[in-house]
Order: sequence, then structure tokens, then C-alpha cells
Amino acid sequence: MSNKDAYWNKTKNHMIVTLVLWAFFSLVIFMFGSELNTMSFLGYPLAYYMTAQGSLLAFVVMLFWTANKQEKIDEEHGYSEREED
Amino acid sequence: MFKGNFIQNLPKIYGTYTGGFFVFIILMAIAEQAGVSAKNIGVMFVAFTVLIYAMIGYLSRTIQVDAYYVAGRQVPTVFNGMATAADWMSGASFVALAGGVYFGGYTYMAFLVGWTGGYVLVATLMAPYLRKFGCYTVPDFIGTRYGGNLVRACSVFVLFIASFTYVTAQINATGTIASRALGIPFEAGVWVGLISILICSMLGGMRAVTWTQVAQYIVLIVAYLIPVFWISNKVGGGVFPHLMLGDEVARLGELEQQFGLVKNSAADMKAAGVPGGLKYISGSHSGVPEGGMAVWKYLSLAICMMVGTASLPHILMRYFTTPTVRAARKSVAWSLFFIFLLYSSAPMLATLSKLALMDPNLPTGIIGKSISDVQSIEWVQRWSEVKQVFIADFNGDGILQLNEWFMRGDVVVLATPEVAGLPFVISGLVFAGGMAAAMSTADGLVLAISNALSHDIYYKIIDPKADTAKRLLVARVLLVIIGAAGAYIASFRLTSILGSVAWAFDFAMSGLFFPLVLGVWWKRATRAGAIAGIMTGILSGLFYLLWVYPKFSVPIFGGVNTPFLGIDHLRFGLIGAPVCLVVMVVVSLMTKEPDAATQKMVDDTRIPTGKAILGRQH
Repeated sequence: MSNKDAYWNKTKNHMIVTLVLWAFFSLVIFMFGSELNTMSFLGYPLAYYMTAQGSLLAFVVMLFWTANKQEKIDEEHGYSEREED
Repeated sequence: MFKGNFIQNLPKIYGTYTGGFFVFIILMAIAEQAGVSAKNIGVMFVAFTVLIYAMIGYLSRTIQVDAYYVAGRQVPTVFNGMATAADWMSGASFVALAGGVYFGGYTYMAFLVGWTGGYVLVATLMAPYLRKFGCYTVPDFIGTRYGGNLVRACSVFVLFIASFTYVTAQINATGTIASRALGIPFEAGVWVGLISILICSMLGGMRAVTWTQVAQYIVLIVAYLIPVFWISNKVGGGVFPHLMLGDEVARLGELEQQFGLVKNSAADMKAAGVPGGLKYISGSHSGVPEGGMAVWKYLSLAICMMVGTASLPHILMRYFTTPTVRAARKSVAWSLFFIFLLYSSAPMLATLSKLALMDPNLPTGIIGKSISDVQSIEWVQRWSEVKQVFIADFNGDGILQLNEWFMRGDVVVLATPEVAGLPFVISGLVFAGGMAAAMSTADGLVLAISNALSHDIYYKIIDPKADTAKRLLVARVLLVIIGAAGAYIASFRLTSILGSVAWAFDFAMSGLFFPLVLGVWWKRATRAGAIAGIMTGILSGLFYLLWVYPKFSVPIFGGVNTPFLGIDHLRFGLIGAPVCLVVMVVVSLMTKEPDAATQKMVDDTRIPTGKAILGRQH
């Protein structure tokens, strides 16, 4: 397998992991809204908290994590960009 | 004053600007104390900020193609994040989001998840690859990847429908805010808004829009957060509302029990003469509605907004302006961070505002009080005059019940500072913030449309030999025409007919999502597949909208149709996008696979280093 293909496989797998996390925080947890709301976090009902703030925060953290991870994959395969500025 | 070039000095420049803005707020506060009228303070806030944007727009003028289309691809990560956040958060987000949460509670908040979760799709599936490709516009990518003028024109068609639906709503919002803040008629406000928008974008294209959007983000976030924190501290919600409103949310649950959540009949509301667009609270604030259909309604709306976000050209094109692919990825993360600051505050504002009105123990509470007392409150009178709030005593007991208090969603943001007794300088600040939010989104949209028309239709299809001066002239003329057309339609107040900004998301997802994703992730996708997918996707979505939305279905189909599987007019992308995917895959597999050159193009797109597919100037 060429370096290019290996790089793309890793990138693809990383994409899938990110999208699974994404689906968990955007869709899966809200399938169980009523059940989650019986629990509480910071005093808020949990499903309410997740839709008002929690999932949003999870997306932000996820995006920084995913960008850093992808940069590592770039580096491993020698596709890291030179800083031009 | 500054050493080094403009880009290196950005933090200093915007730092100074932010400091200057705070000084201006303080000056206005002093002016208020000195007896300057509330109206004049509002005028000064809007005039001062718009003047600054115009100045930035003028200073960023350019005669270079790549500066005009992609800001010279030198916008640093964090600043591009701010610009995207301003581009993204529309006048509707600013003035209507908290109101939506106020009335819709948990169910409405599917929009919050949808409008943020979409960025995960942007970052993983689209932005870095489109940046590597080196395109100027979204149709530029589709036209080059699939090859040919027809597929390019099809994608411009989708872009036009989606963005134009959105832009009229934005110009409408600028008009509303300009008219309220400046005290002029709405029709005049629309044109004032348009001129402000054009000054920011016409001379410098993407470069000017980028630097004004950063300035607009700073104004809008300051204008949103100051009132939220202030009100929270004033009504005892805690120093940091986001982490401390648990008790308040619980208290709202108790109050809902106490007053009861009653649904008014349409006939009662009509008889009482409730003005259009005003709403009342009939659903729970934090409770999750029971049943599978309610869950599906939540999920389907979130899906449409997320996929739509990842297909909207005016957002995607912001990531064409970063220096590198790596910067494009990080920039998406920063964008969402800046968006998060506002979106996570909207539910807090809704909670505080609701509590201020509902809790009889608070001095601001009005529900459960006598109607004649409520009607003598100053802010109630002022907002009643302009038909933004309304009282209907359905049961005739002289006491204001929860279902008897009607309010426009915008009032939550625009009037809560007043209700909570904050000085007027805050209301002036909120006007400036709303104006910044509406202008920045309108700018991005008008530019997305006119760039696609000037680059993809005029230059690539009609006159490929045009020189730079001619191209930029055409781009600017189109910008003015598109803006004027948007303002003209907005001035008729057709928005109640045009429906919701959610439509823009559904249109974009119907026609653009899969052609973009598959263009990068599936080498086998062919030109014929893309053309068939785009057209069947957008047309099936459009047809379903006409069929399902009563205002269209009654004249066309002679009746109201029941939404299929609960897919109503806010969610018609769930029809268009799957049709697009299936048709695109089937037709692609039926046609000959793309040639070696195209396959190599896709290979190169996937790797961050190496030359862009399209040259720096093209």
C-alpha cells in the first residue's frame, strides 16, 4: 500500500470516529430525552442541559481534538504543511 | 503607529477597536445620565457602528481577483473564526433565537444542536478539501471536479435558490432594526440597511467583508453577553448564568404547574384580535415531550439543520480564505467556539426573561397580576403601541393568565433589558448588535450569490477571455443588483409568505450536500450522476415544499396535505437530500467512471500538501 493510500485510510477512519461521536451527541442522546431528563447536571435536567449547552460544548471540543489528531496523521505521513507566514 | 504588515498587526488593530467600542459605550452611558434621549442614543449606536464598518469596507478596497474572491487567502485562523461566526449568526439568531427558546422550550432547541452540530460535518467532510482544491466559489469546485458548464450551472441554480431565500430575510431584519433604531419607516429602513451592506462589500469583495465581519462579531457578541450577565446578576440568577440557572429552570417548572399550560383555540385568538406573529407560552420550558413522534420531530429538525449547515455556500466559502488546509480545519473549530458563546447564552436569556415575567415574587413579574396594573407598566405600553405585545382576557377575570399574554419572539432580546430595569444604553447596544448580526450575514450571502454569478456564470461560461478589470466590474454590478433585488422583495414584507430561514438549509442540503461530499469521498462519482443528483434533489425538495406548505398547497393542489412521516415545510430537505443521493449513486454507476485526470484530481484534493488544483489566480 502506498503512503498516499495509507494516509487516506487513516484519514477515513478518523472521519468515521469523529462522525460516530457527532451522531452520539447530536442524535443518539436525544432519542432518550425523557429518560435523561430524570437525571440532573449542575441542577439542570440532563436532556435540557445537553440541548441548551452540553452537546454544543461537546462539538467545540470535538472539533479542536479532531483538527489536532488530523495534523498528527498529516505529520506521520509527511503531508504536513509548511507554515508560510 | 504599527510595525510590520496588516496581518501581523491584526490583534493590535482589533484590540484597539474593541477598547474603542467600550469607550463609546461608556460615553453613551454618560450621555444618558446627562439627559440625552433614549431615541438619540439608539441612533448614535447604530450610526457609529455602521460608519466604522463602512470605513473598514473602504480601506479594504481591492483590484485583485484573489483578494476580491477569497481575501487573498491570508486570513488567520482565529480571525476567520470570528468572521465566520458573524457570517453565520444572522439577525434572526440575534433577535429571535432566545425568543424561540422562550416559546418553544426543549423542542425548539433542536435548532441549537442543529446549527452547531453541522460544523462537525463542515470540518470533517468539506472545509479542508475545498480549501486544498483552491476554488473561488462552491460551484467552482463542483464545476471543476465533475467537469463541464452544465453541472456548474446546476450548482449555481441551487446556490441561488438557497442563498436568496436567506438573504431577503436578512435584509428584512436589517430594515426592521434600522427602522426601530433610527425611527424611520420600515420601507426606508430596508434601503438604509442595503446601502450599509453594499458599502461594506462592494469595493473590497471578500477581503472587505472579512474584516468588517470580524468587527461586527465583536459588536454583536459584546451586545449579547453584557445584557445576559447583567440581567442574571440583577435578578439573582448568579454571577455566571450558564452554570447557575438550575434552580431557575426548576422554578419555571413549578410556575408552569401553578399557572397551567393552556392551549388557546384559534377562534378565541381571532375573536380577541391577537396581532399576527405574536405568541404565548403553551409548552414546557425544560420538559421533554412524550412519544416517538416528538422524538422524531426533534431529530429530523436537527438533521436538516446540520446537513444544511454543511451545504450553505456562504459558510463554506469562508474557509477558502485561510492560508493553509490545516488553518481551514482549525478555523472551523474557532468558528464554532465563537458561535457557542452566543448560542449557549440564548437559552439562559430565555430562562431569565421568562422568570422575570412569570415569577410573582419578583418585582418584574406580570403573570397572575391584575390586567389593569400590567397595562399601566411603561414598557408594556410602549411595546403594545407597536403591536409587539398584547393582552387578551379570555376568561374575563381581570387577572393576567399565562395563556393571555402574547408577545413577539424578538421582544425577549429587545425588551428584556428594559423589563429588568437596565439603563437604556444597553438597549442601544442591543440595537447595534442586532444590526451587526443582520448586516454581516446579508453581506456574506449577497457576496456568495454575486460571486457565483460573476465567476461561474459570467467568467467561466459566458466570457472566459474577460480581463481582471472587467471581471471585477461585473462582480460589483451583480452585487448591487442582487442586493437591490433582495431589498425590493424585502420591502414588500413578503417574508411571511416566503416562510422561514430554515428553507435555505433544506434547499442547500437537497441540492448541494451529496455532490460536495461525494466529490471528495467517492472517486466513482461522475458528471452525469452529479447533474442528475443536483436537479432531482432540488426539484423533489421544492415540489415537496409546494405540496406540504399550506400557503402553497391550497392554491396549487386545492387543499391542505398531511405531512408524510411528520416531514413538514421546515424539514423538506429530508426528501430532497436522499433523492439526490440515490439518483447520484445510481446514475454514476450507470455511466463510465471518471477519467484518470479526474481521479488524480480527487487524489490530490485529499492531501493537504502540494499544489492546489486551481491556480492562485484563475
